[in-house]
Amino acid sequence: MDNLPLHVFIISSIVKILIIAHLLIIGVMAMIWSERRVSGWMQDRLGPNRVGPQGLLQPIADGIKFLFKEDLIPNHVDKPLYVLAPVMLLVPAMIAIAVVPFGSSMTILGHEIPLQIADINIGILYILAITSLGVYGVVIGAWASNNKYSLLGGLRSSAQMISYELTLGLAIIGVLMLTDLPDEILTKLGDDEVNPLSLRHIAYAQGVHSWNILVHFPAFLAFTTAMFAETNRLPFDLAEAEQELVAGYHTEYSSMKFAIFFMAEYMNMIVGSAVVVTLFLGGWHFFGLEAIGGPFWSGVISFAILFVKTGVFLFVFIWVRWTLPRFRYDQLMNFGWKFLLPVALTSIVVTGTLYIATNGNRLWIGIGNVVAAFIVVAIVAGMLAMDNNSKSAVQSTPAAAPLRGLDAVE
Amino acid sequence: MNPEMILFFIFGAVSLIGAIAVISFRHPIYSALSLIVTFFAQAGLFVLLGAHFVAAVQVIVYAGAIMVLFLFVIMLLNLGTLSAKGALTGKLKGVAIVLGILLAVQGIYIAVNALKNTALQDAEAATETVTTYTIGELLFSKYLLPFEVTSLILLAALIGVIVLVKRENQTEN
Repeated sequence: MDNLPLHVFIISSIVKILIIAHLLIIGVMAMIWSERRVSGWMQDRLGPNRVGPQGLLQPIADGIKFLFKEDLIPNHVDKPLYVLAPVMLLVPAMIAIAVVPFGSSMTILGHEIPLQIADINIGILYILAITSLGVYGVVIGAWASNNKYSLLGGLRSSAQMISYELTLGLAIIGVLMLTDLPDEILTKLGDDEVNPLSLRHIAYAQGVHSWNILVHFPAFLAFTTAMFAETNRLPFDLAEAEQELVAGYHTEYSSMKFAIFFMAEYMNMIVGSAVVVTLFLGGWHFFGLEAIGGPFWSGVISFAILFVKTGVFLFVFIWVRWTLPRFRYDQLMNFGWKFLLPVALTSIVVTGTLYIATNGNRLWIGIGNVVAAFIVVAIVAGMLAMDNNSKSAVQSTPAAAPLRGLDAVE
Repeated sequence: MNPEMILFFIFGAVSLIGAIAVISFRHPIYSALSLIVTFFAQAGLFVLLGAHFVAAVQVIVYAGAIMVLFLFVIMLLNLGTLSAKGALTGKLKGVAIVLGILLAVQGIYIAVNALKNTALQDAEAATETVTTYTIGELLFSKYLLPFEVTSLILLAALIGVIVLVKRENQTEN
């Protein structure tokens, strides 16, 4: 870290950046393959299995096809922004991974190198800031396409992102409150005090205490759900709902530009999974397995553990896609504002209160969080039911009005 | 010239170019995007000052949330390009000229003072990483009253919006 000589720091950083950037791209290819194969498996069909063994070379074939397709730019688009939009989506997706620790540390040639590209002191805020920028690619691409379906997709996406971003940020706060480290680990890391915003400290803290999912279960659920919405995945993929909007914001895109949109979506999923694993699922810790081996091999093993955990979580992404149907637009907004947000807020209040009341007993905080979340959800559900009853007594339920004032677009 | 100085001039230049672009572009979408560029450059300047938290908040709140809403509204209303004529007329033109002159005087005053006091070097010496811990402590001790007053104002605005929207819905029904 700070004690590394400058040339070691620069060389190790470049190597880390190269490895992680390539892993991301290979990960995207692996995701494309596994999404199609797993989808096939879940629907009792085969999926692509002709190109290479088990169809493993299918993503490469897809990539070649995209490269050689005609790069069509429709006549009525806003050209500069139309070309810029895919990049505006891809860049945030790629650079967010920079602060995620992908392992403990590794000793090479006598230098202890932390397995993380950059441990900046606002870690998690950086990720929130960068992921919040991804929406511009979608919105600008949608607007520049000069197509009603695209525009509708972009509008839906921006409203959805703003709504779910709040939950994303609030659900983390409980985790930050309870992050602390014993002194010996702090001196080992070369830091004076605990910095709860640093993802590295959060991951180390879960090695000392329990995994955060046990203490902050409702916050974990809220964060994960909000992340599904931020990555535009089913059941929240209203921005590209095929049955309503052709392909949503990327209707007018073809060839490599379309492929970049696609890659960015998968990269967002990979980064999101890695962040959830680091925040809630113990990071690179797995019941002491990461400490096996010398200073070199423990680094490799910790990296492998994080890799596998992220992979499992990515499988959950695909799993959910074929399990849950898409939300209706008003359901999406109701769910985000009336269920997820209160749950995230409750987790802050309960964690803070019980931390003082029980002197930081994690068991009680964990139980309290779950109970409080149940109570809040029950109250909200009750209020909504009463609201619906009184409404239907006066008049029949009004039809869902997704995006009021859309007539102004025409 | 140290690296920080070079970065300062890069961020400063980008932020100025972005700000000029905001008022030069005819199309509101391009203006909004230029404003985002400016916010980014300013976040970079905050990082150079050691205020990492402020930089992150700048990006999250302004670039990430408020400008998305701006774009949302511009797209929803489908605002066309502005024509050169008719933008500034009559009284508005006089006000614009007076305010412009005031701003120019301010800018020149600050620039002259900065050159005299070598404020740049001072700021560099004072650069010290401000952690979230310090900010939190200051907000809840020294600046508690301004902090609470601000939150009250925001709450009032929030309630105001809800009341306005509700009234509109009632007249619709």
